[in-house]
Amino acid sequence: MKEPVGTTGLIFNEPLLWERGAKGRSGFSLPPRDVASSHVADDLRGDGPDFPDLSELDVVRHFTRLSQWNFGVDSGMYPLGSCTMKYNPKTNERQAGLPGLAVSHPLLPQELSQGALKMMFDLQHYLAEITGLPAVTLQPAAGSQGELTGMMVINAYLQSKGEKRSKVLIPDTAHGTNPASATLCGLKSVAVKSNEQGILSTEKIAELMDEDTAGLMVTNPNTLGLFEEDIQKVTEIVHAKGGLVYGDGANMNAIMGIVDIQKLGVDVLHLNLHKTFSTPHGGGGPGSGPICVTEALEPFLPVPRVIEKDGKYLLSEDFPQSVGKLHAFYGNFGILVRAYSYILTMGADLHKASQYAVLNANYIKESLKDVYHLAYDRPCMHECVFNDKLQAAHKVTTLDIAKRLMEYGFHPPTIYFPLVVQGAIMVEPTETESKETIDAFIDTMRTIAQEARENPEQFHEAPQTTKVKRLDETAAARNPCLTG
Amino acid sequence: MTKEINDLNLPDDVRYTEDHEWAKQEADGIKVGITDYAQDQLGDIVFVELPEAGDTFDKGEQFGTLESVKAVSEMFMPISGEVVSVNEALADTPELVNSEPYGGGWMIVFKPSDAGAIDALMDKAAYMDTLKGLE
Repeated sequence: MKEPVGTTGLIFNEPLLWERGAKGRSGFSLPPRDVASSHVADDLRGDGPDFPDLSELDVVRHFTRLSQWNFGVDSGMYPLGSCTMKYNPKTNERQAGLPGLAVSHPLLPQELSQGALKMMFDLQHYLAEITGLPAVTLQPAAGSQGELTGMMVINAYLQSKGEKRSKVLIPDTAHGTNPASATLCGLKSVAVKSNEQGILSTEKIAELMDEDTAGLMVTNPNTLGLFEEDIQKVTEIVHAKGGLVYGDGANMNAIMGIVDIQKLGVDVLHLNLHKTFSTPHGGGGPGSGPICVTEALEPFLPVPRVIEKDGKYLLSEDFPQSVGKLHAFYGNFGILVRAYSYILTMGADLHKASQYAVLNANYIKESLKDVYHLAYDRPCMHECVFNDKLQAAHKVTTLDIAKRLMEYGFHPPTIYFPLVVQGAIMVEPTETESKETIDAFIDTMRTIAQEARENPEQFHEAPQTTKVKRLDETAAARNPCLTG
Repeated sequence: MTKEINDLNLPDDVRYTEDHEWAKQEADGIKVGITDYAQDQLGDIVFVELPEAGDTFDKGEQFGTLESVKAVSEMFMPISGEVVSVNEALADTPELVNSEPYGGGWMIVFKPSDAGAIDALMDKAAYMDTLKGLE
């Protein structure tokens, strides 16, 4: 193997901001007061917040140093299964930074916001075209809120038919947050075990689906990275009992522009723009979780909705059956711009991103399956799930492998998820990694498997070359320290 | 670091479920906890969520959750019944589930709706067979 990416180097220590600075130091100066002072009512007065006194340089160094400790997709491969940590092209940032978009105010009159509204209107259409589901809302501010919105729409639809159902089916291979969304909608989750092939069995769904069940929350491909081959039969069973199907779009990066989601029998699909459509995750976020629905569910989408009338774009609240408003204004607009930029940049090649994502995952799966146990040895979609079964004899666990991988300069994959695979190591390379990088990852994983056989002791102290060594995760969870 | 099956502590005087809970008849009801296998697989337990006395559950229904450094998992009722008491100590010392799964790490005591139902649960030998089947 060539020189590993991970190495030691000069890394600055950095104290908490409260340990920096000195009394009276300041990063700004206020202009002299030019109005007379006046009394403020006592009940409006109080002690100021406990902020440290810092100079501008204190603050700049602090955050620059913290940023140097960070690992992101801009610094290395980040194969975090279920998260689609694809590269976020810088052109997206450029478009989102255009002053006409970046400084547009949500309270501007609609006639002065035609460009922004047209962009939202067009983005809805693109997402409809990509998924095959005709009606779209961009309002949900994160994937989790998209899920919740989806389930609220299903509830509202059933209510409009005079029905109140109490349960929902959730496979053990569903996206992990689904039961929370169901619970918030007052639905009781009924767990559905996947079959020995790692997918849903029609018999199991037929057995559990009844007239008190609102429907099914299915993730396809599922969290094992496997395509639900019987999905059409499964959704037929759910529909036959009057239920609806919520499709979790967490894994859309495997099938974007390739699978017509409506034809699968899915009634509501959520999308994570910060996964599939290359907008930033986490600290660079916020997220965005649009939902796409069938024509029958369109009346229930949140308001306001962007509509077109006589060549003008308007925000309309005139949808009496709507579930209402889920977010201030119209969603996380800046994120919508980035997704719009990505879709237009990719154009007719959008589906190729999914093809490469699937190819890359299968390449890793085949290249590592002789040294890491593969839970389900069959063609995968955009991610593959190994575990630590072959390393168990040497007392090397999934956590040890993940920690060792850091020393080689890779972000670890998702570990111990999905729960249906004990000691899971879930790898999602995405389409944006080059073959050289993927080969370096494979070589490293093979090296680690060899080290586990020959020198298992070194694992328990890993990582050693990182800013902080092995953290005590148990102590952090049992006795969290949440103050400065 | 996971244990070999033969190294597991599986007492003779409790009954076992397929979901890796144990149940034991005591004077004030049936005491429930998770097995040595379950705590070993989950790793360090950092949080335990338990029901309240007076809550009733059907057999197989979820009565609580366990959070370990690896994952959150559910605990299921071995038999239908009404909760009589819960182990308050686990709120501050969840590590008891790891160190004493059959002692200080117990979860709840409940009054079964059918007193004889505990006999239908697995004994040690049957549970051992189940574990071997998981290998």
